[in-house]
Amino acid sequence: MSLIFYVLAALSVAGALAAVLLKNTVHCALALTVAFAGLALLFLQLDAQFAGFAQILVYIGAVAILVVFAILLTRGSETPKDGVYSRNWPVGLVIAACVFAVLGWAVLHSMSALPQGTSAVPVVTVLDIGNALMGRYVLPLEIVALLLTAALIGAVIVAMHEKERPK
Amino acid sequence: MTPLAGYLLVAALLFSIGLAGALTRRNAILVLIGIELMLNAANLNLIAFWRYGPHPEALTGMMFAIFSIAVAAAEAAVGLGLVISIHRHAHTTDLDAMNRMKG
Repeated sequence: MSLIFYVLAALSVAGALAAVLLKNTVHCALALTVAFAGLALLFLQLDAQFAGFAQILVYIGAVAILVVFAILLTRGSETPKDGVYSRNWPVGLVIAACVFAVLGWAVLHSMSALPQGTSAVPVVTVLDIGNALMGRYVLPLEIVALLLTAALIGAVIVAMHEKERPK
Repeated sequence: MTPLAGYLLVAALLFSIGLAGALTRRNAILVLIGIELMLNAANLNLIAFWRYGPHPEALTGMMFAIFSIAVAAAEAAVGLGLVISIHRHAHTTDLDAMNRMKG
């Protein structure tokens, strides 16, 4: 485990914690960007260049901006008077802690079954990914394209301002 | 601790943080942020298994992560569109205030 991994992991976890805990919604969105950037750097650390840059483009470039737009359009930056946490927040916290306990237990107790050591760095170029996308994975690619088109048209229709019908 | 176990633990921690955020915040946008964090933690798992698995040249985990990123982007767009639509209708994004399905 290298030092870089610990730094990047701490950055991502700190960003995620800040995104969940901060009171001001705009600050949460900015902290979310930090968490996404940390995750993209972790992807690069894992020699997944394409996934890392896709993460930067899609999450930092699009999703974070979308979240900021939604906050501005809904005036979500005003902190509500009766707290930012839901009424039954202790239940949610207990559920999350239980999930983490189960996941951590599963990882720590399956250590011997996991692939051991550091394998050689896989050499994967964008050309390989493109060939795989256009060859073996062409059907999922088309389905994702259809899904994205449908989702974007659907999002526009859902969020479109309803005009008053003339009477 | 092997590198793979370290990545898996970080992903588990991020998933739990996202779940806690989705379950405890009132603002619908913050709930969506929690869901995005959970999806990202799953992507980290996929990439880590791809990197340390026996056949990285088969690109399976990488492809799964790329498709997962695309689906997450679609989910974010629809989710935020719904939040904006609900805000226009009910003038709030407080999920505790939205306790009926009738408009």
